[in-house]
Amino acid sequence: MRIRTAGVIAASMLCLVGAAACGDSKETPSSTPSAEKAGGELVIWADDKRSAALKPFADKFGQENGVTVKIQAISKDQQTTFLTASQQGSGPDVMVGAHDWIGNLVQNGAIDPVQLTDAQKTGLQAGALKAVTFNSQTYGVPYATENIGLIRNTDLAPDAPATMEDLVAQGKKLVAAKKASEVLCLQSGPTGDAYHAYPLYASAGGYLFGTTASGDYDAKDLGVGKPGSVAAFEKLRALGEKGDGALKRSIGPDNSVATFTGKKCAFLVSGPWATADAKKAGIKYDITAVPPFKGGKEATPFLGVQTFYVASKGKNKALAQEFVTNYVTTPELAVALYQADPRPPALTSALDQVKASDPDVAKWAEAGKNAIPLPAIPEMAAIWEPFGKAEAAVIGGADAKSTVDAATKTISAAITK
Amino acid sequence: MTTQLEGPAVERALPAPEKMDKSSTLGSQAIKIVLLGLLVATSVWAAFPLAGGGHWAGLGLLVAATAGLIYLYLSPRHIPAKYLVPGTIFLVVFQIFPVLYTASTAFTNFGDGHRGSKSEAITAIQTASVTRVPGSTEYQLKIVTKGDALAFLITDPKSGQVSIGDADGLKPADGNPPAGWTVLNAGQASLRSKEITDFAVPTATGAIRSSGLTRAYEGKAVRAYEEDGDSIEDTTTGKVWKADDGIGAFVADDGERLAQGWKVNVGLSNFTRVLTDDTIASSFLGTLIWDFLFAIGSTGGTFLLGMFCAIALQSTRMRFRGLYRILLVLPYAMPSFAMLLVWRDMFNTDFGLINNVLGIHVDWLGTPITAQLAVLLVQLWLGYPYMFLVATGALQAIPAELTDATKVDGAGPFQAFRAVKLPLLLVALTPLLISSFAFNFNNFNAIYLTTEGGPFPADNPNAGATDLLITYTYRLAFGGSGAQYGFAAAISIFIFLIVAVVSAVSFRRTRAQEEVYS
Repeated sequence: MRIRTAGVIAASMLCLVGAAACGDSKETPSSTPSAEKAGGELVIWADDKRSAALKPFADKFGQENGVTVKIQAISKDQQTTFLTASQQGSGPDVMVGAHDWIGNLVQNGAIDPVQLTDAQKTGLQAGALKAVTFNSQTYGVPYATENIGLIRNTDLAPDAPATMEDLVAQGKKLVAAKKASEVLCLQSGPTGDAYHAYPLYASAGGYLFGTTASGDYDAKDLGVGKPGSVAAFEKLRALGEKGDGALKRSIGPDNSVATFTGKKCAFLVSGPWATADAKKAGIKYDITAVPPFKGGKEATPFLGVQTFYVASKGKNKALAQEFVTNYVTTPELAVALYQADPRPPALTSALDQVKASDPDVAKWAEAGKNAIPLPAIPEMAAIWEPFGKAEAAVIGGADAKSTVDAATKTISAAITK
Repeated sequence: MTTQLEGPAVERALPAPEKMDKSSTLGSQAIKIVLLGLLVATSVWAAFPLAGGGHWAGLGLLVAATAGLIYLYLSPRHIPAKYLVPGTIFLVVFQIFPVLYTASTAFTNFGDGHRGSKSEAITAIQTASVTRVPGSTEYQLKIVTKGDALAFLITDPKSGQVSIGDADGLKPADGNPPAGWTVLNAGQASLRSKEITDFAVPTATGAIRSSGLTRAYEGKAVRAYEEDGDSIEDTTTGKVWKADDGIGAFVADDGERLAQGWKVNVGLSNFTRVLTDDTIASSFLGTLIWDFLFAIGSTGGTFLLGMFCAIALQSTRMRFRGLYRILLVLPYAMPSFAMLLVWRDMFNTDFGLINNVLGIHVDWLGTPITAQLAVLLVQLWLGYPYMFLVATGALQAIPAELTDATKVDGAGPFQAFRAVKLPLLLVALTPLLISSFAFNFNNFNAIYLTTEGGPFPADNPNAGATDLLITYTYRLAFGGSGAQYGFAAAISIFIFLIVAVVSAVSFRRTRAQEEVYS
């Protein structure tokens, strides 16, 4: 009897709680229009550093337009997180990320093209605009560029080497004089690093993908495996552990900058992210382009471009387009983002403004003036690992021809799959 | 973590007391009401998106499950079910559902380029092909409404001409804004975002579309979907890509595929690919053998060292036993993630601690044998504290009389250990050893954070000397061709089969052993 009473009480309580839940869910939509902010909501995803820099500008955009702007920091695996969330319908309206995601984002239908005016296009650095152009469409608004160069300890090496051979000679002299322990700090690690090796590879005559008539990278024309690439790997081998000892597998992403700031090497091949450490360590440095091999081609680094994307599956695409195409292209925002993370702005006017106060930025831009955009085609994913491993193998002294052939086989198999 | 135990959590159901006093009844009733209230609230919260999305089967299931649970806990009957149901629900949600989901993914081409549905792919292709008509004007845009109707009020910046456009086309506006129309500010307009994005004002050469809320451009979708032929046609080149529902992509006659594909059922092709792929076939056996060596070596090594320490520290003649025990457990207390990276750096040829301290120049991670030794050593360091802990516990559970009896019988300490302690220890620890084996067999972090599977032979970048099946197949499924979840799921089913067979055989043997010693 008692239990039955309790059951009835319980059941009625349940109805109450349930009703409260119902009431809640019903209230939310109906209360929105009458709320003070009569606007939609814009959700932006960026990494930790940029989220903080974007915050004031997003708030300003929100206030000016009467909308709510939410910024969410995604600390790792941004691209995968964005793709998965987009597919489930819980993704952002605007995504901030690297330009070489474009190929994969487009094949997954995750981003929309943006239509920039001719004036906006001419305001951008040509390389940055080219980087975000894919299949003749502009797929986002670039705001910062990055490329690697040669950072030189000017106490140890006062003069910038004109060629790679010159660099090796200077480096060897320093090692012989016990002023340094390494000829060069260029990160490879046990599995190689295609990004950092690329300038040398390009200088020695290698290329990754040819280009189509429209200027896009052509996945059908694979440069790895061509005679030029074998010659380039021969050069890397000659610089490696069994040769000059300038390239070593023991120098990897974790210790290359630290070795340079520890004054154990006079030359570091790295990007703008390394200069903060050099400043902290009180090292006098200069930034120049990576020197080419003697008689070789130019040692062009890759150009990476940080980009604002409009998500295809965002809930507020019109607002996202407005934010990305008409607001992000202002120099104030570009300068603020530069202050959060010192990489050269993609907007020419912002670059000029920043150059005046920070000589490093001008040097980075100069070192990367002939940089080629990092291929954004999905096939690029097939290059990284096999290329890196082949690089590590020849640095360790393996035969260049057979190593390149094995890498080519793996890359071609992955591309055709 | 090197060793992980995931036995079912044992919850002992206390028998309900025969007579309950009034306060405990009220208290338990209150808890019951709150918990069931939360259940109903969760269901209601989940019901709206289900109903909104038209998932009626899911909604029915939700209602039935909620009603069933409420009935179960409000009715005085079905006492055993009250205890069994929560565990069963968690089993279904966290074990059975993921397994079924993985298994079902293995039969699809789910992965990069094939994530969504066919209609999503078509939308993506069409949207991506909208290009600005060359030489066309860049307009200024205002969004205007009259009643519910939406229109674009566009201004030609050169001529100053203001026009109003809707789905019927563009006509000159008799004012800015024209009478009867109100201009929406950005906030109001953003509430009708989808309509604005889809809005197109047809023109002779294309259509005027919005670019944000303040600009408009004249654009043209170059590629269009033809319902009749189930194909995509490029209106400028006339090229046609036909839908191939077998592979989930639009394919042209010359074999060219559009990048935007969709998810389709591909039957057993992922499984046959695992079995027939040349790269897999060429290095599968070597990787499998090393995987077994690694799992047995890690488990056996940590067990022997852990047990040795446990026995040594059991001796009552030893001083500071507590201190030693704490020191021994330290590696277990440190985050293995960070420790693996630290160990990797210590093995560095030129800058590593090991070479520097020993004054040698060994390329630890660069030659196969030393790299294999190195990862086993790291596993030993990370894993023995766990074995030490469980062996200490198991040793304490062995009655002292047994040891005394061996002394009476004249056995030496080693003989006593071999004949009495070790068998009893093994009975207690074998299930742990099996699970440790299964864990190490798939110990992705141990390899990926130290050697990444390397060193790799110069002529084969696919299979390294320390690659486990899991790191090796991870590279195949997520390396070169982007993420291929379907293929990865098929591989994980194969790995599951291998581990399941090994575990089943071992458990069978353990049972036989238990019968001997119990």
